[in-house]
Amino acid sequence: MITLDVNGKLHVIEARPSDRLSDVIRNEIGLTGTKIGCNAGDCGACTVLIDSQQTCACMVSAARAQGSKIMTVEGLAKQGQLNALQKSFHAFGAAQCGICTPGMLMAATALLQHNPSPTEETIRDHLGGVLCRCTGYQKIIQAILNIKTIDNAGVVDPGVGSAVGARAAKIDGIQKLTGAEKFGDDVAPKSSLWIRAVRSPFWRATFEIGDLQSFVKNTSGLLDILTARDIPGNNGFGIYPDVKDQPALADKTVRYRGEPILALVGEHDAIYSIDDNDLPILWFEEEPLQGFDKPLAEGADLIHPSKPGNILAEGCVIKGDALASLESSPIIAEGSFKTGFVEHAYIEPEAGWAQRVGDRIEIYSSTQSPYMDRDEVAQLLGIEKENVRIIPSACGGGFGGKLDLSVQTFLSIAAWKHKLPVRMVYDRKESMTATTKRHPSRIMARYGCDENGSLTSFFFDGDFNTGAYTSWGLTVKDRVPIHASGPYYVPAIKAKSRATFSNEPVAGAFRGFGVPQAAIAHEALIDELAEKTGQDPLEFRLKNAIRKGQETSTGQVLKSVGLVKCLKSLRPGWQKARAEAVAFNAASSGPFRLGAGIGCMWYGCGNTSLSNPSSIRIGISANGRITLYSGAQDIGQGTNTTMVQAAADALGVPMSQIEIVWGDTDKTPDSGKSSASRQAYVSGNATKLAGENLRSQILRLANAGPDARLDVRNSCILVHDKETIHEIDLAALRNPESGDVLSGSGYFDPPTTSLDSHGQGEPYGTYGFAAQLALVKVDCALGTVRVLRIEAAHDVGQTLNPIQVEGQIEGGTAQGIGLALMEEYVPGKTENLHDYLIPTIGDIPSMKIFIIENPEPSGPWGAKGIGEPALCATAPAIFGGIYQATGIRVREAPCTPDRLQAELVQSGIYGPP
Amino acid sequence: MSEYLQPKSLEEALSALSQHAYTPLAGGTDFYPPRSAQIIKDPILDLSKIRSLQIIEERANDYRIGATATWSDIINGDLPELFDCLRLAAREVGGKQIQNIGTIAGNICNASPAADSIPPLLALNAKVELESIGRIRTVNLDEFITGNRTTLRKADELVTGITIPRPKQPCVSTFLKLGARKYLVISVVMVAVILEVDVHRIITSARIAVGSCSPVAQRLPQLEDDLIGKKVGSNFSETPSHEHLLSLTPIDDIRSKALYRKDAALTLVIRALEELETKLS
Repeated sequence: MITLDVNGKLHVIEARPSDRLSDVIRNEIGLTGTKIGCNAGDCGACTVLIDSQQTCACMVSAARAQGSKIMTVEGLAKQGQLNALQKSFHAFGAAQCGICTPGMLMAATALLQHNPSPTEETIRDHLGGVLCRCTGYQKIIQAILNIKTIDNAGVVDPGVGSAVGARAAKIDGIQKLTGAEKFGDDVAPKSSLWIRAVRSPFWRATFEIGDLQSFVKNTSGLLDILTARDIPGNNGFGIYPDVKDQPALADKTVRYRGEPILALVGEHDAIYSIDDNDLPILWFEEEPLQGFDKPLAEGADLIHPSKPGNILAEGCVIKGDALASLESSPIIAEGSFKTGFVEHAYIEPEAGWAQRVGDRIEIYSSTQSPYMDRDEVAQLLGIEKENVRIIPSACGGGFGGKLDLSVQTFLSIAAWKHKLPVRMVYDRKESMTATTKRHPSRIMARYGCDENGSLTSFFFDGDFNTGAYTSWGLTVKDRVPIHASGPYYVPAIKAKSRATFSNEPVAGAFRGFGVPQAAIAHEALIDELAEKTGQDPLEFRLKNAIRKGQETSTGQVLKSVGLVKCLKSLRPGWQKARAEAVAFNAASSGPFRLGAGIGCMWYGCGNTSLSNPSSIRIGISANGRITLYSGAQDIGQGTNTTMVQAAADALGVPMSQIEIVWGDTDKTPDSGKSSASRQAYVSGNATKLAGENLRSQILRLANAGPDARLDVRNSCILVHDKETIHEIDLAALRNPESGDVLSGSGYFDPPTTSLDSHGQGEPYGTYGFAAQLALVKVDCALGTVRVLRIEAAHDVGQTLNPIQVEGQIEGGTAQGIGLALMEEYVPGKTENLHDYLIPTIGDIPSMKIFIIENPEPSGPWGAKGIGEPALCATAPAIFGGIYQATGIRVREAPCTPDRLQAELVQSGIYGPP
Repeated sequence: MSEYLQPKSLEEALSALSQHAYTPLAGGTDFYPPRSAQIIKDPILDLSKIRSLQIIEERANDYRIGATATWSDIINGDLPELFDCLRLAAREVGGKQIQNIGTIAGNICNASPAADSIPPLLALNAKVELESIGRIRTVNLDEFITGNRTTLRKADELVTGITIPRPKQPCVSTFLKLGARKYLVISVVMVAVILEVDVHRIITSARIAVGSCSPVAQRLPQLEDDLIGKKVGSNFSETPSHEHLLSLTPIDDIRSKALYRKDAALTLVIRALEELETKLS
């Protein structure tokens, strides 16, 4: 027996003395607000206070914690009232997905106990042990700095008709601050059996499985070992309806290290005590084909027999005669570029549980795409889609990595076969080895302009390594050539892309689908052309920025094009930063140099030339309850809040009157996946249409005019129309189809066309644009780069919620800093969060955000997407800064200290010591 | 179920160790991470309840840091300027969470090539106290650590403390850590330097240690000798050269390249000397 004092209450529990305190608090005491991100002290999500000191509960034994006062996030709010710190977090939007929030709050609590007015630097020092992947840390710092000025904030309802554009606090924010929010691993019934995958230790191998039955019989607590034979339907999944090339459980052949071959089902301790080496598996290792050269070599073995040359597919965009135009262009810049795998590193690992209910299966898990999960599980089990119910948990970060199936395959197969509730959670290493990554790229590009600096032509040839399976490889090869020339008007373009296979992790969707990699290339060349023509990098971009009425790479003419405004808003900060760098470098004789760089980007919102509709429903019940039924998954970006804002204004009621039911495929319509920066634009439209549809029904019932004011009450709606008040008796209305007596639906599919053989057409309904500047300090002796300042100007069409937009920009930019300077997933080597480095609170500078509004006619109130645009311009801006500082043109991301120092030495610019 | 002992006294702990090869558990910050989701099977000797082991004390001829003193104890304790290098190292270990429970003795027993405490402790001429029933022995830190993650500790012994001799002259010390990000970072290279200076402002003793550039952190004896006799103001930083670092054997790994580590180590040594010379003048 262990006795623990948690939040002032004594708990006597059964636990092993060596059990991690984090597990005991969550599983035995039931306080799931304490999160587990890594079980290694690398992420700080499990931070609790032990005798007032912040400590990672994952590294403290239960026995050790006896006799201490333990405080968890659940201990912060008193009598249901948020404390000052929580209120401030709520008002500033310091929680996005909310998975790191408990850790952040506890670290901040420890700090504030002995220092009620900390400086920004002190805050960074004390929160340095907690990683956040969503926020870029800006709003967390602001919330703590301004804690004293916040009183009862965040509960302000913007008022009828003013919700869109308001700084409305998250409607699901409070539960993220109290520990009440339920993520993937927070709700499985205690009786659930556990599943653990057995994965390939080899990059390429065949295998034979021996007598599993005897193994199961001889292992106490082990119920079953699942193999490919246990899959009742098609043993293959993949995000495209017609490409299901990734097995749920590999059958005889594995194509990457980490590919699952078996699933152990049983009691927790039993399956976690089994040594994989004791399982009857015979491995035959083969020479893996990795990178680009080996798989693409003449005569190389085929990773998938149906894909000759190990090429998944090729894409291209051809506009005019780029090669001829390059020949005749007087000024050319060209280069080869390289980027590696990048890991999403969401702090919540994949987790969930499932149960079979009669002939249906219910899966509760962390996901970005409930409806895609539903369809995939249905074909895996060989059952009708309608018999699969996906109930998404709160999603503790996704960034593209939770679009593909993970735990869902194992959960569904096991629950279906055994008719028992089952649960599964990936540990950090498993999350990193088994799930998707950003595509590594190798790019060759050439840009031409005339003597005045007007762009003439662009050539691009890029390979993108999609790893062992297709995943989102087709999307990347389609999206890249369209975006490869950047957000400029270019008369002639030839851009080619290939998605290639290798025996490496599966590369899937990651914030930008290849566009961030391409942006590194086009922006580097734009910088060179600016220099060659003697122009300022910002002014050169401004001159060539695509404008309304000009044709894009695919011949599309856009209506909302805000790049010029973005660049102009950065101009004062740019000139100041450039001058600062020049002055500093002139005065500095030591190893330190300053440099300012600029990057521009564009990003098409929604799927590329494919239908990607969203449906939303809003209903009013007989007792006047208004419910928004949204299938648009909130993955931290705030979709639940922005959709309520949109619904409120479209319908004409206050936000506070709208309840939301989200994600559950039994209860919500299909709003499509949370990817491709599409929810604000696509589901925002669907929500607006649903609200307008419901409003028009109400007005019709009341025979009222369009400006009438709605007052929805317990049993009736009072419709105030000029001087008269019409009453609609809700109880008198009947609607047998749903629990609502009135229901409005909205449907929106972005206006796109298919592309012709030259990639010409209208692939997206709209594009987001951005320009960012970075001021960096380079230590030339050590090759280290510190980002001192970021200014980011983003054209979002129209802001639905400034807090959410800023949050996306800040968080995306932080990921851009990681991509530029430290993040590289080396397969087999960086499978944890201390070898794979993402930026901490100490690596992200203050940011200045300019939200540019250039309404998109097809967007809801003019809105466009911001999720992915947030990331794409950052690395180019940093690399531009490194150039001004050192004269080195960065061609490989990340630009790590050893790489930069080697370049500085090799080029004779600095050192060696 | 694995055995788990939680002795209240050192005697109890030593007695247990004399009977069985328990894994001593101090802060846990190196014990738990590699075990991830696994069921813990090691028989554990939890030292956290032996209060006497956590004491930091100043004694007549030396200082003694108890085995379970944490990084935060070092940061918040009132150790003199001599310990600046160790204090700076403590501040750069992980985040506050790790500083609050991780111990210096655990750090040396784990004996990672990148252990943050080892370069400062080497520069401090630290000795390690090992106790078993009826026996105490003291060994120099550089002898205690025998290789990458190996030490002289026998299964029945417990590291009970670390002792640091008082310097003969007034001294200054510093520590520089190079990592690929701020906070929560394992070092690429680190350097600890202590200089003792006499009344004539001449270096009488220089102790310089470099970590993460060899299986065990190393002192640089030749450079130390070459610095003795230099006067403040004579540009200490001109003395170090690559020749002084030839004993280092850095490797290419995920954090960096060997060649880079060599250059960076020299750069850090130069910077540490510049910093201390400025402090002295």
